[in-house]
Amino acid sequence: MNVNSNQVRVYKPFIGPFDPCPPMLYRTYVVPPNQYITFQPLNWPQFSLEEALTRGTLWPNLFSPYHPNRNVQEGGS
Amino acid sequence: MWVYEKKLQYPVRVSKCDPKMAKYLLEQYGGADGELAAALRYLNQRYTIPDRVIGLLNDIGTEEFAHLEMIATMVYKLTKDATVEQLENAGLGAHYAAHDKALFYENASGVPWTAAYIQAKGDPLADLYEDIAAEEKARATYQWLIDMTDDVDLQDSLKFLREREIVHATRFREAVEIIKDDRMQKRIF
Repeated sequence: MNVNSNQVRVYKPFIGPFDPCPPMLYRTYVVPPNQYITFQPLNWPQFSLEEALTRGTLWPNLFSPYHPNRNVQEGGS
Repeated sequence: MWVYEKKLQYPVRVSKCDPKMAKYLLEQYGGADGELAAALRYLNQRYTIPDRVIGLLNDIGTEEFAHLEMIATMVYKLTKDATVEQLENAGLGAHYAAHDKALFYENASGVPWTAAYIQAKGDPLADLYEDIAAEEKARATYQWLIDMTDDVDLQDSLKFLREREIVHATRFREAVEIIKDDRMQKRIF
């Protein structure tokens, strides 16, 4: 299971002909891996302890990266 | 009872003087889905939930207080050296009028925290689904807060807190499965 490779979903909001501002062509949202886990299986691979402490989870399969969206949301491209 | 460790769960370093960010961070301090609401919600619900998931609410509720402390540290660092004028410019003038530089349980708009934000229905599924929703809302709040700052050190701490919300939501989902399961019940045929 390689759940954290692509957690970002994209959709294109409707763009009206009379919108007052330059349109944002797409919007994104994150679907974290917990949405696909009913019950965490035993013996999942683990991060090293130091890495786990910085990431906030012991398991790569539970890790969800987040990249700030500030510029992407302004104006879109 | 609790045993207190005099350190933060995860280091909080703030590198940019940005009092405005303190105002926004208050959403996770005294907001509807902030850390205070989370801690009090879980630690209160644990009395009336099946035995097998009491410990989970206890552990997560306790961790939420550790998160509350991290947010408090961020807000304090961002405001402790600000002048009154800087606070006013950051939108914290009304806060200063009522609280000086004291922290207060209010959301980013200055609305004081209220117990009406949280619920305890006594029904295990109703309560656990509220808890899952609260974790996902807190995760989203952290995302928008990460978007709002370009301080990479502050982002780092916020990313840690965001990941913890994901782990907690996973555990609450497992708790729902435990509640649904009836394998432990005695059956008399």
